[in-house]
Order: sequence, then C-alpha cells, then structure tokens
Amino acid sequence: MNHIALKMLMGDTGKYIGIVMGLTFASLIMTQQPAIFVGLMSRSYSFISDVGLPDIWVMDAKVQFVDDIKPLQETELYRVRGISGVAWAMPMYKGLLKARLTDGTFQTCNVIGLDDATLIGGPPQMLEGTLEDLRRSDSVIVDIDGATDKLGKPSLLPGGKPTPLKLGDSLELNDRRAIVVGIAKVTRTFQSQPVVYTTYSRAKNYAPRERKLLSFVLVKAKPGQNPAELTRRIREATGLAAYTQAEFMELTYQYFMHNTGIPINFGISVLLGFIVGAAIAGQTFYNFTLENLRQFGVLKAMGTSNWVLLRMILLQAVLVGSIGYGLGVGLTALFGHAMRHTILAFKFPWQLLVFSGAGVSIICVFAALISIIKVIRLEPAIVFKG
Amino acid sequence: MTLAVHCKQLTKVYDTGGQKVTALNGIDLDISTGELMMLVGPSGCGKTTLISVIAGILDQDAGLCELFGENLLTMRSKDKLNFRARNIGFVFQAFNLLPSLNAAENVSIPLIINGTKRSVAERTAKTVLEQVGLGARWQSLPSQLSGGQQQRVAIARALVHNPRLIVCDEPTSALDHKTGNTVMALLKDVAMHKDRTLVIVTHDARIFNFADRMAEMDDGHIIKIQANTAPPPPHS
Ligand SMILES: Nc1ncnc2c1ncn2[C@@H]1O[C@H](COP(=O)(O)OP(=O)(O)OP(=O)(O)O)[C@@H](O)[C@H]1O
Ligand SMILES: [Mg+2]
Repeated sequence: MNHIALKMLMGDTGKYIGIVMGLTFASLIMTQQPAIFVGLMSRSYSFISDVGLPDIWVMDAKVQFVDDIKPLQETELYRVRGISGVAWAMPMYKGLLKARLTDGTFQTCNVIGLDDATLIGGPPQMLEGTLEDLRRSDSVIVDIDGATDKLGKPSLLPGGKPTPLKLGDSLELNDRRAIVVGIAKVTRTFQSQPVVYTTYSRAKNYAPRERKLLSFVLVKAKPGQNPAELTRRIREATGLAAYTQAEFMELTYQYFMHNTGIPINFGISVLLGFIVGAAIAGQTFYNFTLENLRQFGVLKAMGTSNWVLLRMILLQAVLVGSIGYGLGVGLTALFGHAMRHTILAFKFPWQLLVFSGAGVSIICVFAALISIIKVIRLEPAIVFKG
Repeated sequence: MTLAVHCKQLTKVYDTGGQKVTALNGIDLDISTGELMMLVGPSGCGKTTLISVIAGILDQDAGLCELFGENLLTMRSKDKLNFRARNIGFVFQAFNLLPSLNAAENVSIPLIINGTKRSVAERTAKTVLEQVGLGARWQSLPSQLSGGQQQRVAIARALVHNPRLIVCDEPTSALDHKTGNTVMALLKDVAMHKDRTLVIVTHDARIFNFADRMAEMDDGHIIKIQANTAPPPPHS
C-alpha cells in the first residue's frame, strides 16, 4: 500500500509542492534565524577567542563582560606574576579613544595596547605588515574593516566609497601621531568601531591621563597546572576576578543574553517562523488528507485497516517532512555561504540541525496526527454518498 | 440455491443532532447466490442505506443481516475487514477511482489489500481490464478516460479479487443512456455467474430488464418484490 500512498501524495503536483514549500519555509526560518542569533551572540566574545595564547584573564572583580572595562592599578600585574603556577602574566589595555582623521573628522576607535616586549594578545591574522612592526615608533596596526570603511579617506564624490587607509598613512590619537604599519583581520565584535593595536606603553600615552590604565592581566599557567585551580589562587591572592578563557567567554555571553533584547527578539522570530510554518504546512497537509478522504473511505470500504491507513499517512508526512527539512536546511546553508563576506552574523553549528529537525518533525507529526484521527473516524459508508 | 443475503426485520435510524430519520424500517429480504437483484424506489427511501448494511460498511440498529451465513455485526472488526476484502466488490455512481493511479493500479487495489504482491496484482489487473475491453488502456489515468471507460475500470476493480458479492450504487446514473446500457450489459456479462450475487441500486428504469428480481422500496420498507419476466435486451 506504500506505493499507493506515495502516488496519492505526488499525484497532485500543485498541492504536493505546496506542502513541501510550507515545510521548507518553516525549516528555513527555524534554521536561518537561530543561525544568525548564534552568530550574533558569538560576536559578544569574539575578542576573547581571538586572543589565543593566555589561559586566564584577570580583571576587576566587578567586570561583567569583555567591553565593561574597569581599570586596575599596574601593581596588580606584579602581584599576579608572583603567584605560584603562573608561567607569565602580561598587561593589556583596551579602551575607546577618539582618532582624528586626515580630513579633520573624528572617529572613535577600540584601542588595544599589547605588552611592549612580547606583544601578546595581538590580532589573530595579519594581512599586511607584521606584528613586530609595532616596535617601530608611533606605529599602530588597524583592522581591515576599519581601514577600508570608517578610517578611510572620504570619497570626493558624494555617496562614493572611501579610500582605504594604507600602510604608511597616519592618524592622530589624542593629538599624538600614529602611523599605520600593518593591516590585520579580526573577528567581528558587537562594537562596530575600528580596532587599533599598539603597544601597552604607547596606548597609555594615547589614553587620557588617568591613575589606572591596566584593563586586563593575561596569564599563562605553568605546564601541568590546572587552570581552574590557578584562577582560584589568583582570586584569593589578589581579590580580583580571574577567569579561564572559556569562563570569560561564557560570562560575556551570559551578560548579553540577560541584558540585551537580542535573545527575545530572535526567540520571537523563531517562534513566529515555527507557528507560520506549522500553520502553512500543517494546514496544507491536513487539507490534502481532507480532500483525499473519499479515497481513504474507498480503501476502507474495500477492507483496508485503520493501521494500514495510519502507516500510509505517516509515510506521506515523513516524505514531505524530510524533503522540506532538507530544502530548508540546504537553503540556510546557501544563505550562510552567500553572506560569508558580509557584516551579517551567521553560525551554523550541528545543534541547529537537530533543533530545526525537531521543529519540522513536530509539525509533521501534528499534521499527520489530526489527519489520522480524521481518517480513523471516517465512516466507510460515505463512499456511496454523491 | 444457497442464500447470499438474508435480512430479517432490518432497521436503521440515523440520528443527526436530535433529529431521527428511520432509513430502514423492518426490511425482510433474501437474495440467492447467482442472482442479480435490483433495488429501486424514490429518492431517500433507503436504498443506499440498505446496500451499505448488506456490504458490511454500515451497522444496523436492529434486526439481522447475514452474508453467506455470517453475521457481520457480531464479527471482530479485523475479521470483518478481511471478510469485506475477500468477498465484496464495489461499484459506485461516481466511479471513485484513485485519480493519481493508472487503470491497472486502480484495479489491483483489492488484490493488494488482500496481500497479493504488487507485480502479481497488476498483472492480474491487466487481464481483467482486457475482459472489460480496456486492455490497451491500462496505463491511462482516470482523467484520461471517458465516464463509461472509468466505470468499466471500476467494474474490473470490483471483479479482480473474484468476490462472491458485488454491490453497485447507481452504476449508470452518471452515464448517458447508450453508455449506461453498454456498461450494464458488460457487468452482467463478465460479473454474473452461478457463484456470484449482484445487488444493484438504481433509478434508471431503462436498465430494469437486466435484473433477475427487483425489490421496490418506499420510506424504509420493501413494498414489492417481483421477478423479471421480460428477456434481457440484446447487447448493444
Ligand atoms: N449519514 C446520514 N445521516 C443522516 N441521515 C441520513 C444519512 N444517510 C442517509 N440519511 C437519510 O436516510 C434516508 C435514506 O437515505 P438513503 O441515502 O439510503 O436513500 P436513497 O434511497 O439511497 O436515496 P437516493 O436515491 O437519493 O440516493 C434519507 O432520508 C436520508 O436523508
Ligand atoms: Mg442513494
């Protein structure tokens, strides 16, 4: 009877496509929106994950997330270095500073100051120049997105593209000269400001005079040291907060989850997609069964059991469900691929496949269920009705 | 002659939201094996209800209905399904072919329900289609066939599993007179033999003379049963 079920389903091409499209849409929305959400949320901590080398981040105890800078006194660096199990500890400056461009306009930049000697915490990928070039005087490294867009020289034509910042170009940070010696690629963050890397001591000069300027202490544990154990020791010895890289990412992620509208906004659009998809797909599938009720009645009158009819409907639901799911997920992947070079956040972990798969399954099972109930209750005597 | 259908004081009352309609009101009717029985009568008199009960797709409220000595009302539902699948063929006014299945696939359905392998079932279906003169059209979809041809496919479907009883509700009403006559002649020709019983509900006075006996119904009763003395018309 399976081939009869499949022929019934595919015999009416228009309706068949309608059902599959409804499910495709539902699965697309249920995959694509969460993928953007996951991508966006991962941006919250991408600055942390970009800094590869250190195991542990030390900061003020009240820091809530990575951009929530509460400077420390520089003596803290030496206290951390004195704790047993610490292989090395390096300072990092992170702060928003105003840059004056050659045309006189101002642009806020995210300035990162790296330890002068080791340059630990630098950008993950250099496109032009090397990290070592930071040892030259007044030198800075700028991220490619900032260099091409916000720090670029404005076009002479109205609405034209700015001319990108090049090696050797200069800008002013707090009235001090900075010369571009490198272009780096960094993972996008929530902050859309250009990222400017320089040394720790030069960053202190660029920054407005303040008593405290140390943002983070980056710590490497000695080989064989348990990082969790070491963070506990650092906390106890200094009274500061110390997190492993994963913990700090989690802290930042949780901050954005609980303190921004992002989760609720995406939650709503995913839910809406689910409801709309379920309504369209469930509705068309149920309608399909209703329209075929007479055919099911004929089969029933001829002696087909409810159990066999149930299997036929389930088979139909599984088929349209799998095709719709495959198309939806495929379209999402295509979408992600097409958007890979744009500002759009997009991440497609395997868990999302499970998530939307479960969503489409629920829709199909539900649609099949109400159809099955209808068919089981069907009186075979309807076959003689005109 | 053995009894194919035995109805005694058969009663059926439809209850639609408090309003009760007595569709069958104490029907007594016996139909022999090898007989072609026609049920006639005005619209709403209960003809369709009666063949539905006889064919085991509707339960009566009171009275007895036996089919080849079996009481379907007291049968377990699984046995009842199997009994229907093996012993009954259906022909409908509106043909009720599955629109996305071709003629051979449609005809093979009763065999497949009875557990026959698909390839065997479709081969048998083709030979029965030949008997109804549609051997060459086995690949056609119902929408590609005329009304008369569709009803011939439906007759092949009612015959393919060699059932002992075939019930037909207004088999010619959707067809013009000439086609209706051809279809009836074919039905009588290929379906009737000494071990098979046909019960045909009809309005169509022009096919009355195909019957062996005719039961006239009115308002849930059988008011008259008469044997056909006129010879069946020549095949057209
Ligand atoms: N499912 C149902 N629910 C309620 N009443 C019904 C139902 N089926 C039939 N009836 C009623 O039962 C009576 C007999 O109906 P039935 O269909 O058996 O008549 P019929 O002789 O076949 O009529 P027709 O020649 O118009 O087909 C009618 O009054 C009809 O309205
Ligand atoms: Mg009727």
